[in-house]
Amino acid sequence: MDAEITLRVDGEVRRLTLDSRTTLLDALRERLGVTSPKKGCDHGQCGACTVLVDGRRVLSCLSLALARDGAEVTTAAGLTTDGALHPVQRAFLEHDGLQCGYCTPGQICSAVGMLDEVGRGWPSSVTPDGAARPTLTRAEIAERMSGNLCRCAAYDGIVTAIEEAGR
Amino acid sequence: MKPFTYDSPADAATAVRTVAADPSAVFLAGGTNLVDHLKLGVARPGRVVDVTGLTSTEITEQDGGLSLGAGVPNSDLAADPRVRSRYPVLAQALLAGASGQLRNMATTGGNPLQRTRCVYFQDVTTPCNKRSPGSGCSAIGGYTRYHAILGASEHCVATHPSDMAVALAALDATVRVLGPDGERTIPFAELHRLPGDAPERDTVLRHGDLITAIDLPAPPGDRQRYRKVRDRASYAFALVSVAAVLSIADGVVQDARIAFGGVAHKPWRAWQAEDSLRGARAGHEAFRAAADAELAQAEALPGNEFKVPLLARTLVATLRELTGGQSA
Repeated sequence: MDAEITLRVDGEVRRLTLDSRTTLLDALRERLGVTSPKKGCDHGQCGACTVLVDGRRVLSCLSLALARDGAEVTTAAGLTTDGALHPVQRAFLEHDGLQCGYCTPGQICSAVGMLDEVGRGWPSSVTPDGAARPTLTRAEIAERMSGNLCRCAAYDGIVTAIEEAGR
Repeated sequence: MKPFTYDSPADAATAVRTVAADPSAVFLAGGTNLVDHLKLGVARPGRVVDVTGLTSTEITEQDGGLSLGAGVPNSDLAADPRVRSRYPVLAQALLAGASGQLRNMATTGGNPLQRTRCVYFQDVTTPCNKRSPGSGCSAIGGYTRYHAILGASEHCVATHPSDMAVALAALDATVRVLGPDGERTIPFAELHRLPGDAPERDTVLRHGDLITAIDLPAPPGDRQRYRKVRDRASYAFALVSVAAVLSIADGVVQDARIAFGGVAHKPWRAWQAEDSLRGARAGHEAFRAAADAELAQAEALPGNEFKVPLLARTLVATLRELTGGQSA
């Protein structure tokens, strides 16, 4: 079954007709040529496909595209403003938060979404009981980023980068 | 993936009628489990009915408790100040599950209806009575680390994977359901069922039943804790977990609500442990006796015998934590 939807992807309005089985990830990569989000496991286990939908980090591989009709989708490539890197992107470069780079767009989107969650005071499972606001410790970052795997194990640099970007 | 029709109806009543009228139809909420199953071939619906936006996304005060709209994302529920202060066991359970991305997608109504992560259930090339009734159980005699030690049957030894559901069972929550014949409520502890000879049915819900809200009564105790033991520190399903809600006065347990996760086909309400604790002086002896009372009925499989002592120790440790070391 085909249906037409509209997505706003990295600031640009895109209209497309899709088979109902198409995931948001496949719509972005295969139909729109937006290859920043990556297909790792395609089962919601690795986080490489993470994008921001209406500002929240989600897994595009487990989202049916038709169910996201009208959404604002931001990929890592769309985080730059007038060619200038986002602070999280800059910090990943400065602190070697990557090796092969395949998981990086997902890590970046996840980190941006996660810093916003911390800013809103959302707790994690390692936030001390009764803490009014979470503090961005390395343990907090590791817990909050546990949905993003890095096969090269660049975790030390990733955590440092997020620590700095979150200051 | 098998082709399907995608529906996005205007209201919940239409969604219920649409699913009820089509035996091949399923509801879609956050999609974190269903979309994976569509890819794996575990779910092969002819029609997918999206209920996003059709149920409440609000948390409201109700009769001294809270009513949680089925559309509230798991992340918002865990962050809500009322949930954190009055139902910490629920916030802790939610935060112990999945990842930040998944909690942003998963919903209050969908989370309890996620299906087992039994590797054989998810692998369509192997026999599985839950996926394909009558085909046999590949887990019996197979890899059983994540399988049941309580309430299993010869047909199925799968466990329910949700953390949130364990807390809801301990909190005596109520499920609001909209079905083809109207609205009704189900005590949360009665929502899920044991496998028996029909493991394909996870819950008592009928085809077309839609969860619209989950109601929490006033907090049944001020000491609450969710403790989860798993193979890695984050983003892993429970080997065992304990949700405990206690009231204590003068060192004596007035009331106890306890549920276990990762050990049965449903969130396991530990009624015998609760009975054993009520009226007992809080301390190691009583905690150990409660664990023994509940686990007398445990039946481990070759490969998961470790879960019986692990669960006993996890219960004792959780209760000790809740009683400020009165157990020493």
